Amino acid sequence: MIISARGLRKDFTVHRKVGRFRRERTVVSAVDGVDLTVERGEMVGYIGPNGAGKSTTLKMLTGVLSPSGGEVQVCGLEPVAKRTTLAKRIGVVFGQRSQLWWDLPLGESFSLLRHIYRVPETDHTARLKQCTELLALDEFIHTPVRQLSLGQRMRGELTAALLHGPEVLFLDEPTIGLDVLSKQAVRTFLSELDTRGDTTVVLTTHDLADIEKLCRRLVVIDHGKVVHDGTVDELHSRYRSRRTIVADLELPWPDGLTLPGAVVTAVEAEGRRVTLTLDGTAAGEVVAALAKAVPLRDLSVQEPDIEDVIARLYRDDN
Amino acid sequence: MAHAQVALVAAGFRRYSTYRQATVAGAFTNTVFGFLRCYILLSVAATAGGSVAGYDGPQLVSYVWIGQGVLAVVNAWVMLDLAERVRTGDVVADLLRPIDPLWTYLCTDLGRSGFAMLTRFVGPVLVGALAFGLYVPANPLTYLLAPLSILFAVVVGFACRYLIGLSAFWTLDIRGTSMLWVFLSGFAGGLYFPLAILPEWLKTTLWVATPFPALMQAPLDVLVERGGVPNMLLVCASQATWCAVTLFACKRVQARAMRKLVLQGG
Repeated sequence: MIISARGLRKDFTVHRKVGRFRRERTVVSAVDGVDLTVERGEMVGYIGPNGAGKSTTLKMLTGVLSPSGGEVQVCGLEPVAKRTTLAKRIGVVFGQRSQLWWDLPLGESFSLLRHIYRVPETDHTARLKQCTELLALDEFIHTPVRQLSLGQRMRGELTAALLHGPEVLFLDEPTIGLDVLSKQAVRTFLSELDTRGDTTVVLTTHDLADIEKLCRRLVVIDHGKVVHDGTVDELHSRYRSRRTIVADLELPWPDGLTLPGAVVTAVEAEGRRVTLTLDGTAAGEVVAALAKAVPLRDLSVQEPDIEDVIARLYRDDN
Repeated sequence: MAHAQVALVAAGFRRYSTYRQATVAGAFTNTVFGFLRCYILLSVAATAGGSVAGYDGPQLVSYVWIGQGVLAVVNAWVMLDLAERVRTGDVVADLLRPIDPLWTYLCTDLGRSGFAMLTRFVGPVLVGALAFGLYVPANPLTYLLAPLSILFAVVVGFACRYLIGLSAFWTLDIRGTSMLWVFLSGFAGGLYFPLAILPEWLKTTLWVATPFPALMQAPLDVLVERGGVPNMLLVCASQATWCAVTLFACKRVQARAMRKLVLQGG
């Protein structure tokens, strides 16, 4: 495994003014015993509400913040002690920070990074070419960074983080503030990266569409603790999110009719539209039973909404 | 220097060369103030019998005009963006590079001063030379020591501003410190008047115990060959010492700042 954390904690001491001179010290655990292992080539979504400890965890994994307790290793190194060595093997993108040189054209930031990371010219050229094609950097590679749009800058940031061929890429809210098209470009690029499989990606985000489109594995953190670690489907089954069937009927829904494997949750449009919530039975069986019971005009099966599940999860914890 | 350092110096040069209007405006302002200061000092010299604190006419002209140029090259008044990056937390990005931020900032500042040398130094000095006539150093050694002295001045100026920037790790707001610095570096650095006019004890204290004279007075004294070769060598040696002392202080303070950051977060 390329990332391993056991019982990772980070406590901050907060001073609060009490009266005129006295100050009260309270210890706040931003990260409170996180266990996390990530295998090489995985793409993991790391999510949680604001203040849950996402960024704090990421800072500890990248070596800019030392843990108060627990063990952590990234690429087999202890991040804080070996920060400089580790820096060559990881890439980091903070959605709200920039690692590019503000007043230089994007392309010059790239070649400067090549020297800083001591990347051989041929590797650099090959990686840059790949990123240029996938992210369409051509249009703005000669533009000073300060004149780039947020979407363009983010594409530049992603390239900058990948030019030295990192083994792990940490992305802290890479799609924050981007428009639909730029989000799409970033997601397509990341899923391309995932397909190639040689880069491990840890992604924090508030945009759950990022997770649904990119990450098979999802780690949810709240109040400094991991509350879910598994696939998106496992999250749904754990929180009993149900798929629903919405059917438009030729004739009104007969009062009192029930179907095995589903519960009628709504009858609308003078009985001609019915919503059924599945209790885990395969949708096919229920649809077959439904078609036998009433003549159908139209039908759709709706997947549960991940946003609802997450919202419920955050609320449950509070 | 390694490739990375050379690339960073070049990038520093390029960064500042993108601000053409600011460069022209800066050189123009320096020139205007050059005329002002030059006329004042020359009239003082005229009433005092031709010299001020041991500087004769051409030496005073050089002191003023080369001073106006060196001011822009050392750039002591403009703070590094380090403090701002500490305040916003962007400094984390600097730490995630496999290179010491101190050298990154130093190389960038050297690149900047190189650009300032070609534009904001050459401009005013040329005007001063044409309008008044500068002191022409007689000793060939001066032509070797002067660039070295200016380089030392740039490094000391950088290190002091870097220290002020680092103080943002503790105070967050550096406006007070930087105002004090602007005043001291001008007053005690020899920008407003030659330090030689000060009483002996104060002058000596400033030269021995503070880095300020190394910023301006030192390169200017070397360029007008004040006190002959022994004094010029002494001045350069003191500058070299201040380079070492201030850079070492930067290293130590940075290590503490990093420890604080790593323990307490940004």
